[in-house]
Amino acid sequence: MSKRQILVPQLQRLLGADAVLHAEADRFVYAYDASVFRGTDVLAVVLPANTEQVAQVVRLAARHDVPIIARGAGTGINGGAVPRGDALVIEFSRMNRILAVEPDNRLAVMEPGVVNQDLKAHLSALGYGFTYVPDPGSQVVSTIGGNVGNNAGGMHCLKYGVTANHILGLQVVLADGEVVEVGGGSATRPGMDLTGLLVGSEGTLGVVTRITMRILPLPETVVTQLALFPDVSAAANAVSGIMAAGILPAALELLDRRMMALVDRFVHVGYPEHAGAALIIELDGLADGMDRELRRVAEICNAHAALEIKTAQSAAETERLWLSRRAAYGVAASFSPTVYVMDCTVPRNLLAQAIAGVIEICDARGLEVVNLAHAGDGNLHPLIPVDRANAAQAAAATEAHHEIMAMCVAMGGSITGEHGVGVEKQQELGLMYDADELAGMQAVKRALDPDGRCNPHKIFPLRGNVGDIAVGAASLDGGRLP
Amino acid sequence: MTAIDLLLPAEPKAPGTSHLAQAWRNATSHCIKCGFCLPVCPTYSVLGVEAASPRGRLDLMDAVAQGRLALGTVAGRVGQCLGCLACETACPAGIRYGQMFEALQCDMGTQRRGWRRWRARLLLDGVLARPRVLRAVVLALRVYQRSGLQRLLRSSGLLRLLGLAGREGRLPPLPRPLAWRAEVEFGAPPGTDATTTGGAQRAALFTGCVMDAAFGAVHAATAHVLAANGVQCALPAGQRCCGALHAHAGETASARRLARANIAAFETVGDAPVVLNSAGCGAFMKRYGTLLADDPAWAPRAAALAARVRDVSEFLAVRTLVPPTRAVALRVAYDDPCHLVHAQGISREPRDLLRAIPGLTLVELPESTWCCGSAGSYSLQHPELAGDVLARKMRHLAAARVDVVATGNPGCLLQLALGISRQGLDVDVRHPIELLAQAYP
Repeated sequence: MSKRQILVPQLQRLLGADAVLHAEADRFVYAYDASVFRGTDVLAVVLPANTEQVAQVVRLAARHDVPIIARGAGTGINGGAVPRGDALVIEFSRMNRILAVEPDNRLAVMEPGVVNQDLKAHLSALGYGFTYVPDPGSQVVSTIGGNVGNNAGGMHCLKYGVTANHILGLQVVLADGEVVEVGGGSATRPGMDLTGLLVGSEGTLGVVTRITMRILPLPETVVTQLALFPDVSAAANAVSGIMAAGILPAALELLDRRMMALVDRFVHVGYPEHAGAALIIELDGLADGMDRELRRVAEICNAHAALEIKTAQSAAETERLWLSRRAAYGVAASFSPTVYVMDCTVPRNLLAQAIAGVIEICDARGLEVVNLAHAGDGNLHPLIPVDRANAAQAAAATEAHHEIMAMCVAMGGSITGEHGVGVEKQQELGLMYDADELAGMQAVKRALDPDGRCNPHKIFPLRGNVGDIAVGAASLDGGRLP
Repeated sequence: MTAIDLLLPAEPKAPGTSHLAQAWRNATSHCIKCGFCLPVCPTYSVLGVEAASPRGRLDLMDAVAQGRLALGTVAGRVGQCLGCLACETACPAGIRYGQMFEALQCDMGTQRRGWRRWRARLLLDGVLARPRVLRAVVLALRVYQRSGLQRLLRSSGLLRLLGLAGREGRLPPLPRPLAWRAEVEFGAPPGTDATTTGGAQRAALFTGCVMDAAFGAVHAATAHVLAANGVQCALPAGQRCCGALHAHAGETASARRLARANIAAFETVGDAPVVLNSAGCGAFMKRYGTLLADDPAWAPRAAALAARVRDVSEFLAVRTLVPPTRAVALRVAYDDPCHLVHAQGISREPRDLLRAIPGLTLVELPESTWCCGSAGSYSLQHPELAGDVLARKMRHLAAARVDVVATGNPGCLLQLALGISRQGLDVDVRHPIELLAQAYP
């Protein structure tokens, strides 16, 4: 009997028949996420309804030595949810309850399947005037569980911090099925920051089943502006100028010329053709003093040759500006068979240089590239249209990715700003850490997951053989990848 | 431990001659799996599994097109799709999901054999495509509804025995077929080739199959509103069912036959706009050009007809409406038919018509762009899933506290009426044009 034939009836007994997917079509579609990678069909998919069921599933998997993959909405772009080999996928669509909202304690408690945007809508409907800040571009789809796994960022993380800065406590099912609580609602926690360890661990240390998070009061005033510049360099210098002046905008997003043209097709913002770069600038806070802050931002932009500064006059205009930013990834895909989204950071003052470097690297390989950046964070997202039917082009994109990452590391930046490592950047992680550092991290992993069952073969550089197959870097070169 | 593969194959090998393989080859971009379609998909919201999402279904269809999965493997999951096309509206990459879905249905129709094929063709070709047979069936059903036979059969349990319980009850009380035509004065007879006669504008009314049989009042209202706006309405003879249900069931040959009949019928009124009040028919007839693209004799005629097709709300939106004078003091929620909002991009126009009615309060219904679960014959094939989708709609409707819910498609009119009777709500279901007609004395 195959492992599937053994496991499925037992899973059905634990969860009920309708909470276990094992038909060929159902197993087929859990092989992908929003990355360019595709893994294997999975063993089965389970849809638990509560923590106890998750623990039962994990214990059963442990007994049969089957890897588990906790999966949110599958919107990650690093292949973190892509299965490598037989695995049991835990799908959280039935664990999507918001359990508590406590404005007095400024926290909310929920299950991992809650969609980021749904949480915001729920908080807004409660009318307490609170919200949850991290807003990845995928927020209408992606789940809080997935956001925690990848330590998701977003447009407003410049001022408010990434997911890790908002998570207070977690309930986790460890690899052996034990349910533990780390962190919690109280203000200070002595000892090690285990919550911080788990956030961003991409499901490799355990399965998060409940999340306690910080909620923040909505700002009194929000002003969203669009500033246009003749080129990327002027815009990037304006960003540095704003930050250096001690102003902390809620968001500072950069789009280059090509990106503006593309986005305008889907969400009509009216980006003018003569502009070489756009900044979406959002300031929030008290109404008092906002005018002065806006004037200073305008002065700095003008000092850096801004062509035009427009302020959104209505909620609809603000929403259109943000939609134009959030839809960028999809829109970039509409003009090519697919698109390779990259994620890296550089020190903020090197942003223009980094974008120029990206363009140079892509030009040298005959690749097109459009650029987006969370400019305030120095977090860069080059989008490279790729036709994977063209093996040479796919290979060139893989090379370009590696070179861009190496460039960012050389500039003092990082191989990922907010999307994690997954299968995409396993080799590149070696650019950032030496063997000792990597060994230290792997010791932590082994301490929590000694048999390597939690989302295996991710994050760390793979060398030699795993099982009977030689393992190398994931790439786009058109062949089958180890 | 096995290999990480590519999302797409290294070479665009889709050698198959199936409709699906052709559609896949014709697609200029492929799904990038961003998932923006997930939160708008009614079946995903109910089932919460990837293969019941547009992204999952596209992946399955891509795999069939490339010969990686068998059609039979994916038929169940893809068959759960309502075909509402909300995913197309949400897709930032402009993926034409509907074209893949339609192609797959064609392939499934081709593969259908034996009793299932016979049953599909009996309904589609034997009844819907034949106005006289359809009228006879309606007449028989009307007798069944009115004679007490319905009550008798329902209490006897015989319906359950035949697997018809809950199905026959979907039909509204049926009017006498064609009775509506007596109430309407139609314009110059077909054959008079002119878009204007004596200054009056002309339009030709498309009557369809189910609309004609069960919703004559909507046609009468349409003609009334057009007349009140100085538009003379012609009723070309020889028009038939639009063929959408045939195409969705994969009976493409029948759909083409019906399209040709309709093209010929409406050519008799020159280039007058073809006005219809059924979103599903409108969406399909606007694509007659594609349907007959491979038929050199008919392709240009089909494209010409498709360009003349207008939903009645769309037709009225481009002219200045003669202000309706009679107050219709009702709270009305408008529910967008998928084939109007997603397939034709029409959502403002019907609302504008309702707002023009004095005394009427238009209430925005949350998730009005979500499918009601009717989706052509879907509610017959997947009663449970359709029921869940409908229940969600009914929760919103109950909270809206309205007198009327208005929608412009026969399937939606039937489905909403079913949901309202199930929930015991006190809400009328009307076509927007009926409300507007009421406002013109």
